[in-house]
Amino acid sequence: MLGWEFPPFISGGLGTACYGLSKALSDLGTEVLFVLPRGVVEQHLGRVQVFSAREKGRGRTHTYWTVKGLEHVRLIPVASGLTPYLTEEEYASERLQESQQVGRTATQAGAEVPASPVNLPTSLGLSSVPPIYAGDLMAEVHRYARVVADLARQSDFDIIHAHDWMTFPAALAVAAMSGKPLVAHIHSTEFDRSGANVNQQVYDIERAGLHGARKIICVSRLTQGVVTSRYGVPVAKCRVIHNAITVNGDPIHHPVERIEKDDKIVLFVGRITMQKGPEYFLAAAKKVLEVMDNVKFVMAGSGDMIRRMIELAAAMGIGHRVTFTGFLHGGDLDRVFQMADLYVMPSVSEPFGLAPLEALSHDVPVLISKQSGVSEVLMHALKVDFWDIHEMANKIIAVLRHPPLRKTLREHGAFEVRKFSWADAGKACMDVYSEVVGARR
Amino acid sequence: MASVCFYFQVHQPFRLRRYSVFDSAANYFDEFRNAEICRKVASKCYLPTNRVLLDLVRQYGRDFAVSFSITGVALEQFELWAPEVIQSFQALVDTGQVELLAETYYHSLSFLYSREEFREQVAAHSAKMAEVFGVRPTVFRNTELIYNNDLGHFIQGMGYQGVLAEGADHILGYRSPNFVYRPIGADRISLLLKNYRLSDDIAFRFSDRGWAEWPLTAEKFAGWVNQVNGNGYVVNLFMDYETFGEHQWVDSGIFDFLYHVPEHVLKHPDNNFMTPSQVVRTYAPVAELDIPHMISWADVERDLSAWLGNAMQSNALHELYRLEEQVKKKGDPQLLHDWRCLQTSDHFYYMCTKWFADGDVHKYFNPYESPYDSYINFMNVLDNLRTRLRR
Repeated sequence: MLGWEFPPFISGGLGTACYGLSKALSDLGTEVLFVLPRGVVEQHLGRVQVFSAREKGRGRTHTYWTVKGLEHVRLIPVASGLTPYLTEEEYASERLQESQQVGRTATQAGAEVPASPVNLPTSLGLSSVPPIYAGDLMAEVHRYARVVADLARQSDFDIIHAHDWMTFPAALAVAAMSGKPLVAHIHSTEFDRSGANVNQQVYDIERAGLHGARKIICVSRLTQGVVTSRYGVPVAKCRVIHNAITVNGDPIHHPVERIEKDDKIVLFVGRITMQKGPEYFLAAAKKVLEVMDNVKFVMAGSGDMIRRMIELAAAMGIGHRVTFTGFLHGGDLDRVFQMADLYVMPSVSEPFGLAPLEALSHDVPVLISKQSGVSEVLMHALKVDFWDIHEMANKIIAVLRHPPLRKTLREHGAFEVRKFSWADAGKACMDVYSEVVGARR
Repeated sequence: MASVCFYFQVHQPFRLRRYSVFDSAANYFDEFRNAEICRKVASKCYLPTNRVLLDLVRQYGRDFAVSFSITGVALEQFELWAPEVIQSFQALVDTGQVELLAETYYHSLSFLYSREEFREQVAAHSAKMAEVFGVRPTVFRNTELIYNNDLGHFIQGMGYQGVLAEGADHILGYRSPNFVYRPIGADRISLLLKNYRLSDDIAFRFSDRGWAEWPLTAEKFAGWVNQVNGNGYVVNLFMDYETFGEHQWVDSGIFDFLYHVPEHVLKHPDNNFMTPSQVVRTYAPVAELDIPHMISWADVERDLSAWLGNAMQSNALHELYRLEEQVKKKGDPQLLHDWRCLQTSDHFYYMCTKWFADGDVHKYFNPYESPYDSYINFMNVLDNLRTRLRR
């Protein structure tokens, strides 16, 4: 399996999805060899403990990490600067920042992780690759492909499962070399990320990957629609497997008392980028505040539009009612969920959208854009077209004004969210695997 | 003896228009959609089925009879958008073989919230029947066959001779719905219970090709009616009138079926057709029936959970009925009418979250995408009505 991020190396929903799916496959007894760009940023050592081990394979020793609870998953980090959700410009600027921090970060991470990541490239026989690379994102994507192809030569596997475009060149190379079938998993397309301003290079890679794949897993019917209409892929090649969520297993509880506060809190969580529709959130906020005054709008997340959004809120005259928290981690995010009366996801384009499920699992009712994959499967949610700020405000006000509405949404949502199981997604994924393997024989 | 007693419910609610919190106009109802649905159902169901029934009455004379309950809000809509439907019902009633039943004018749940309001609505309905059809009903059916002992007694107190209810298994136990009963402790009123198996064979299963008995012919159905002979007096077939042509489409053969039922039922010399008041006059109650809890004909639960199953529904109903005194004091007939149109049970049915995830029957002409949307819309309207009270 080729991915981008995996807890604890995580910056968004893709890592969570990869973790959930790998765990489900592991529980089904499937061996997963998860190759991911290690990156240099390893400061988010979170809930998943990582252990290292060595194995001898084909006369060579390579290092892999195992994750507690994922018996059959081995993580193979390869040195690469790839992180998801990057544009080329961002990539360049982040590289610059990291190059100034790297010494310190590596030492810190080394103290906490048994296998010192600094040693990894050496043990993988990749010592010739410098840990920090100059150059652009495309070069990095292709360099990653070369490294993965090298690695694949030393490993046994039956299927190549690649998550999103950055892994596609690598996946195609491995498929060509090994003759093994490729399953492409689409969590988002260039059209979701960039609207109409599509990066042609990215599109070409996506297209090549989709056409080179034996089967394509789409995270929603919405995404399948994009894949078939924009990339010319026959619908028969696609399977929709919706994402799921890992609920902590605690029984459903309905907090009687929420945190004491004077204001109602409406929450936005996500990257503050065009794709997530932050300006629609603010426009709706403005309309809500015309009718009610004891409401605070909290935007948790960072992104390329954050400055514009701060300015927009100020220009609308609602700056004092909108709080920007920046990117929130685990504990802080839990706290903000506990305070929230409503979670809003106004995404312009959301292939799936795990965040509403997380909100529901925190007993927070959700209002989601109809332009999201999750709205295909989530019934106990309020839904609105992202551009319909009038209706968005109407629904926000209703939730804040009518406790029985909150209660009903929460109660049913808490039950419904427990139906989204990675185990089911894992089984569906296994079905796809047997189709592609069966087709070969 | 097996007397077949048909009763058809005719009802169309005044559906609300999309009403946002930013709206302030005092027109709440979706005239366009209501007119459209009314005309559509008129041409697919009410008019053609009435024609079949009129044909049958002419053919069989006194040997064939049916009964209807037509809500006041449905009649108002026919007057506005499909007056020919009223004429066609009048023609049926004029034959003397078609009985009209009493109910609340607004198809409301008022019995649960205000006896005073309930009494007024039943009276208003009775007056409407007299005005349009020249008859006063003597047998009562409550909205969605909602019934318990209290209702039986209250209706007896209002002078009705009979009342209809669901023949729910959990009430009847070993007893059969094919007899006439008496509400416990009552002395002047009879209780008619729906034979839900035979009723639902027509109303729900008729066109179901997965059903072992499909296709259901009039002959086969008459055979089932004959089986009641010897262990019951009546076969109460209670259903929505929209069964014909709307729930069961014309190409399912439902009209042919209806047309041939009398022929096959009457082949057996002991069978006949009766209206509810004829049943009440003909058969004495065989036993008292104790029904302390509310029952209805809705869903598999046969209880109130379709209208009062979640916090939104009970909140909306309480908030609505809480306004009764103020609305009546205000003395504004339009305001009173609007408030009463909001009482129509359909508004609360749309808020039902039972089975919502499975997308179920509550979908029928449901103008909302979700129960939540329906609650939000309703509460916005109610909010506006409250502002009119303050003026």
